[in-house]
Amino acid sequence: MNLNRFLKTIFLTEFFLAIIKAIREIFRPKKTINYPFEKGQISPRYRGEHALRRYPNGEERCIACKLCEAVCPAQAITIESEERKDGSRKTTRYDIDMLKCIYCGLCQESCPVDAIVQGPNFEFATETREELYYNKEKLLDNGDRWESVLAKNLKTDKIYK
Amino acid sequence: MEYLNTLINEIYKIIFLVIPILVSVAMIVWLDRRVWGLVQKRRGPNVVGPFGLFQTLADALKYIFKEIIIPASANKTIFILAPIITMTLALVAWAVIPLSETLVLSNINVGILYLFAISSLGVYGIIMGGWASNSKYPFLGAIRSAAQMVSYEVSIGIIIINVLLCVGSLNLNDIVLAQKNLWYVIPLFPMFVVFFISALAETNRPPFDLPEAEAELVAGYQTEYSGMMYAMFWLGEYANILLMCAMGSILFLGGWLPPLDIYPFNVVPAPFWMIFKILFLFFLFAIIKAIVPRYRYDQLMRLGWKVFLPFSLIYVVLTASFLLYFDKLPKGSF
Repeated sequence: MNLNRFLKTIFLTEFFLAIIKAIREIFRPKKTINYPFEKGQISPRYRGEHALRRYPNGEERCIACKLCEAVCPAQAITIESEERKDGSRKTTRYDIDMLKCIYCGLCQESCPVDAIVQGPNFEFATETREELYYNKEKLLDNGDRWESVLAKNLKTDKIYK
Repeated sequence: MEYLNTLINEIYKIIFLVIPILVSVAMIVWLDRRVWGLVQKRRGPNVVGPFGLFQTLADALKYIFKEIIIPASANKTIFILAPIITMTLALVAWAVIPLSETLVLSNINVGILYLFAISSLGVYGIIMGGWASNSKYPFLGAIRSAAQMVSYEVSIGIIIINVLLCVGSLNLNDIVLAQKNLWYVIPLFPMFVVFFISALAETNRPPFDLPEAEAELVAGYQTEYSGMMYAMFWLGEYANILLMCAMGSILFLGGWLPPLDIYPFNVVPAPFWMIFKILFLFFLFAIIKAIVPRYRYDQLMRLGWKVFLPFSLIYVVLTASFLLYFDKLPKGSF
């Protein structure tokens, strides 16, 4: 062991320097955001909570083609449909088991009418399991709530598709 | 009747000692996490209450409502007893800590001996917890912890002898009063550093947190504990850390004495100085947690037995010969 290192070890030089450095770091600006009060930037492609969208006239977009049900790798989606009096095919049941869902985004990609989309919301934790079995009303509700953001995100991302 | 009166009086005093300690332990946990976070350029707990001060109370509430799981293969009695012992011992030791000349629960003659005895017993809670869990990680953690605490207690004992040589009394108030002119941190500075590092090892703080090294041992002796029992281990641990800080400030930093006996300093009441010194030492504890990596087990043992023990022994000889040669031995002791 050379003398320099020996003296450094004996007098704990680097240790004291580290304490000074640490105290200086305390007063530097923080790298983290103050989470519940301020939120980070989210990409328009962010795959968060699902939503079913409507046309501007209030009609549901979903045509019950069941592509999303077929493509879903976790088999989280269940759809039942019937023909309406005007001849259009619409869903009577659209359930997503959010506990099974792996948030891969294939449902959104497979949808021919941009009905099922994954929005920017990631704060939908619940206290019971049952609350995470989403049905059609819940999904349409989400769609109404997030429509402005969803439409904007789809538009922003359109050029890359 | 006389007896009952005394009893009630004592219980009253004890409650007034224990509750502030528990509250300050909660605050100290917050301080620890906050400092740790700030050094790492995070924010630390800052949501519950002003500056997040009530975070620990919220955590405690959460622990109370959690289920206590007792492993099927565990020795139930000892398993339950272990955290209780840890916490009780950590709190009992506070009986002799003087916050000022009069503000002390029991001003006994052999205060420092009592402190040392109680902090040595602290290892039992950990060993019992680790062994009674009847599972491998807690067992390994407990074994490590026992070896570590025993090793570093030896050097702490010898460091205390250094101070006692200068004081000539085992009473904690006498130790503080003997530092009226000169805090022992100045003549005994190397011993202060060794004491501080040994205190880190004694309380299982980083860089000596091997008993609960999460990468190897999950959570060491606490692995099988849950709910309130885990919280009690945790309370005991932080009460022990505070105790070590208090010991350090009494032995080396002049306890409740102001730094200089002149106007702006000696107006401040004595307990504030004591609390301030404890907080200062704890702040160092917290900073060190943030800056050091964990020691390897053989390095830990080498440091304890091959460096600190001989060094503090040599220092005892030096101190003793210095005091004898210059005829500075405390009067009335020999």
